[in-house]
Amino acid sequence: MGDILVIGGGIAGITSAVEASETGYSVILVEKSPFLGGRVAQLNKYFPKLCPPFCGLEIFYRRMRTNPKLKVITNAEVLGISGNPGNFSVTLKVKPRFVNENCTACGECAKVCPVEVNNEYDFGLSKRKAIYIPHAMAMPFIYAIDEKSCNRCGECVKACKYNAINLNETEKTVNLNVSAIIVATGWKPYDANRIENLGYGKIKNVVTNMEFERLSSLNGPTNGRIITAEGKPIGSIAFAQCAGSRDQNHLPYCSAVCCLASLKQATYVREQYPDAKIYIFYIDIRAFGRYEDFFAKVAKEKGIELIKGKVAKVEEKDGKVVVTAEDTATGQKIRKEVDMLVLATGMQPSLAENPIPGIELDEYGFVKEKPGIFAAGVAMKPLDVMFSNETATAAALKAIQIARR
Amino acid sequence: MEKVGVFICTGCGIEKLDIEKLKAVSQEFGIEAKVHPFLCSAEGLEFIKKDLPNLDALVIAACSPRVKTAVFCFDGKYVERVNLREGVVWSHEMNVHTQELAEDYLRIGIVKAQKAERPEPYKQEISKDILVVGGGVAGLTAAIEIAKAGYRAVIVEKEPELGGFARKLYKSLPTKPPYNRLEEPVVKSLVEEVGKLGIPVFTSAVIESIKGQPGMFDVRLNQNGKIVDLRVGAIVLATGWKPYDASKLSELGYGRIKNVVTNVEFEGIARDIGRKDVVFIQCAGQRDEKHLPYCSSVCCLVSLKQSKYVTEKGGNAFIIYRDMRTPGLWEDFYKAMQDDPGVFLTKGEVKAVRENGGKIVVEVANTLLGEDIQIAADYVVLAIGMEPTLKGLFTVKEEFPDEKTVPYKHIYEPRLIKSAEEVEEIKKLGHVLNLAYRQGPELPTLRYGFPDSNYICFPYESRRLGIYACGAVRAPMEITSAMEDARGAALKAIQAVELVAEGKTTFPRTGDIDYPNFFLQRCTQCKRCTEECPFGALDEDERGTPMPNPLRCRRCGICFGACPEKIISFRQYSVDQISSAIKAIQVPDPSWDETAAEKFRFVAFVCENDALPALDIASMNGIKISPLVRFIPVRCLGSVNTVFIADALSKGIDGVLLLGCKMGQDYQCHFIRGSELANRRMENVQETLQRLMLEKERVKVVEVSITDWDKIAGIVNSFVEEIKALGPNPYKGF
Repeated sequence: MGDILVIGGGIAGITSAVEASETGYSVILVEKSPFLGGRVAQLNKYFPKLCPPFCGLEIFYRRMRTNPKLKVITNAEVLGISGNPGNFSVTLKVKPRFVNENCTACGECAKVCPVEVNNEYDFGLSKRKAIYIPHAMAMPFIYAIDEKSCNRCGECVKACKYNAINLNETEKTVNLNVSAIIVATGWKPYDANRIENLGYGKIKNVVTNMEFERLSSLNGPTNGRIITAEGKPIGSIAFAQCAGSRDQNHLPYCSAVCCLASLKQATYVREQYPDAKIYIFYIDIRAFGRYEDFFAKVAKEKGIELIKGKVAKVEEKDGKVVVTAEDTATGQKIRKEVDMLVLATGMQPSLAENPIPGIELDEYGFVKEKPGIFAAGVAMKPLDVMFSNETATAAALKAIQIARR
Repeated sequence: MEKVGVFICTGCGIEKLDIEKLKAVSQEFGIEAKVHPFLCSAEGLEFIKKDLPNLDALVIAACSPRVKTAVFCFDGKYVERVNLREGVVWSHEMNVHTQELAEDYLRIGIVKAQKAERPEPYKQEISKDILVVGGGVAGLTAAIEIAKAGYRAVIVEKEPELGGFARKLYKSLPTKPPYNRLEEPVVKSLVEEVGKLGIPVFTSAVIESIKGQPGMFDVRLNQNGKIVDLRVGAIVLATGWKPYDASKLSELGYGRIKNVVTNVEFEGIARDIGRKDVVFIQCAGQRDEKHLPYCSSVCCLVSLKQSKYVTEKGGNAFIIYRDMRTPGLWEDFYKAMQDDPGVFLTKGEVKAVRENGGKIVVEVANTLLGEDIQIAADYVVLAIGMEPTLKGLFTVKEEFPDEKTVPYKHIYEPRLIKSAEEVEEIKKLGHVLNLAYRQGPELPTLRYGFPDSNYICFPYESRRLGIYACGAVRAPMEITSAMEDARGAALKAIQAVELVAEGKTTFPRTGDIDYPNFFLQRCTQCKRCTEECPFGALDEDERGTPMPNPLRCRRCGICFGACPEKIISFRQYSVDQISSAIKAIQVPDPSWDETAAEKFRFVAFVCENDALPALDIASMNGIKISPLVRFIPVRCLGSVNTVFIADALSKGIDGVLLLGCKMGQDYQCHFIRGSELANRRMENVQETLQRLMLEKERVKVVEVSITDWDKIAGIVNSFVEEIKALGPNPYKGF
């Protein structure tokens, strides 16, 4: 039996890797960043149960920790794939972590590190040190140094009692031979700066839905308090659906999750501000299947107004965000002045702008499956977590069909 | 375990504790504790390994069991982790109470290791064949994929022909970019492939019964009166859906006006209707509390597809929708259809459907045109929804021993069934799987009849190990999704047979070989265990004695939590182990400790999946917690036996806190009902408290989630304060 390679350590990749290895196959999971978890680790809650993603991740991580069939390589980028089903050659570039298994995550290193940089876990809304662990549920639970911002001062080496840091570690190239490949490279939020009319980057308190997840998360930049950039409470808030999705100039497809994500985020606001006015501007509310229950529940809440109409213009006035849309139901222009505008930005496949040689993509950057190379999660198409995990389990099946030969 | 070694790490701040005193605690058990400054390092592990040959079990007094897990795994040895780092030094101010806490934790750890036994896997001669129930697209796909993975699949289909609903389709949705060309239905080629692969098929066959357990399911089929017996290892349930009963939609003209048809019926006539104008009414009997409250996910796509049938023949199609739901890449198909000049789309509400001069007139209000409109058409197609084939059937018994309701019901659609006659009525609807399980004949279902699962993170994990649902019986979905779903379920079925072949369980304790043992001589046939097991692992004989099926078991321990006679235990998770752990806690009393009055003692049973990590995270965030509380991790709150609580209270513990997962419809318990059951059992606890003449406040259950780390200390600390206000437990020193 040959090894199965899973590319991407987000929820889909983790699911594929765990399911295939628990079926008895050897799996190598590679992740580009120093930590697993991907996008879901940045979320406050999942719809429709409003439960924390870490609850499921914890179970996955526990299954991974004691699974001898599953090998994880972090900080690893796939440079290229060649070969045929049953016999693929894969080249990895493994960046140095500078911190080894000796690390006990005691945290003394970060205390002395003098370098502060923007924390990508919070989309730059907070700072972290050059040696860091992004959050208390990180996997692997050992620190990492980001090569780009470290100034090699050596303070951390002095502070570490466990001989866990080696600043002389260098990049390695690793060659793997695998029988099947599951591409679970996921997505990134569509760059909201490109959506000119929605004011992102120009007007204060216009944030993306993913930034809003961080603002709502207990382990986020505001310790979970939803507040404006000025630190003020929210009296009114608007959600602009299809921000860059279903739009020929941006992402022509529907990202499939943003309606439900905004409904979910409306509940975050409601929980903290029982009287806040919440406006959701939408084209169609796509709460398919049993998610309709969740939509119905949220829509019934007082103070949540659903407006059928796409946001056309966003301006700033006296520190407020002014949102203008045409109400397609009445044909009238609607203006709302709010404290914050959340853009329901869509999901762009990660490979769209960073392709991996050997993996074929469609016009949007989603993976086109071919014999021996399968897709899981949003690398395949826009999906929510539940459907991602279904495709990830299906991908595990496709992979073992090759690997068993 | 006889030979227990104790290893104390002094790294990461543990050195702040009085290590000599900890060594003295170990000495109480006649064990010389070994101390190392950095136990998880290569040198530390070498230090441990020197002693390994002489040990059965190791007590590692270092960090949380959630970290360095693989590092402290030693082949064939039992390992008990004593959480001195997160659980003591990181979460407490250093003082005498904290030192005592560490000492108690070490005692607990040593006792648990001593009481642990070596497990033997339950290994049987098993079948790795997989039964696929349902021969529609999902079932056919599952069977084909199982065969391609090297396993033997068997299909059972109740109709005389394979193909299911998909056989009735005129055309299929586009599955490839640019998503604008309808395709020939895939079902024909699937049926052919099943034939080519030589997959055994039983058509016109129903399941009379399924007995046994994963790996050893004995299936009896009835094929047109002929009995066929099979043994299989796992089951894929792919029985699909049935259309919503359109006769309930007469307000939309169905049954009242000729040529008002359902979307299912339209597939049958579309080929031959010629050039006609057709109105499609979306969400017919859906998203509607009076009919189906949910959305069937596929109907917008189906109506777009059927519009193409109409315009290809030169007719016009009008689609009246509430929200156009074409998620993901289906948007491309929607766009293509918007560009079709024969397709007219509007949001709107249908006010009336009536006949007028041989045409059907549909009156629509609140359209995007800003006015009410009337459309005259030759046909009206109602986009009716999909109901799972499990809907309405008996699925599971979910009663509690103290409740005398008639058993069967859907879990979150509790329909009070008033009489035995009514039970017989519902029984006439028949069954799909006909499981000979004490808890009921089908996969337990949620509201609307879809199977229960932890459906966001672990969508396939049903409540019956070895049985996995896919396709429209699991959730409304179109063909492409159903095929992908079938592959996922196929993988889970294969995984189940591979694991049970080794005597291992599946999610969430995958690989665990230890299973519950029953000392039946002392069983009083109270049936609590058989009733409470969320996974239906226990059957009963006529007297009510449990008949365990270890391969159905998920190892949560809810059965041993349920048993008032304490006769159920795992080798490495036993009533004796936990009771002994509680007894190992030193409860100071005035006869030997003059500061006893301020040394209240509390026990908190915490779910190891969520509450325990929340405590760990709290400690990493520097949140301090009362040192008077001993946290005892449990596999599930449902495994907390009320005996443990009685043990604790009668020994002088001042209060007992149970921290478990959210219960109810949006439960977060990984064992489905554990936290709910723990809560229900509190009624019995209240009796115990009364008997002991103790205040009822001394025992409390609180729901916490893994991200409640900011609140958990507050919950614990305020419980401590509440009990302190009540005063000490009078049983101290008895």
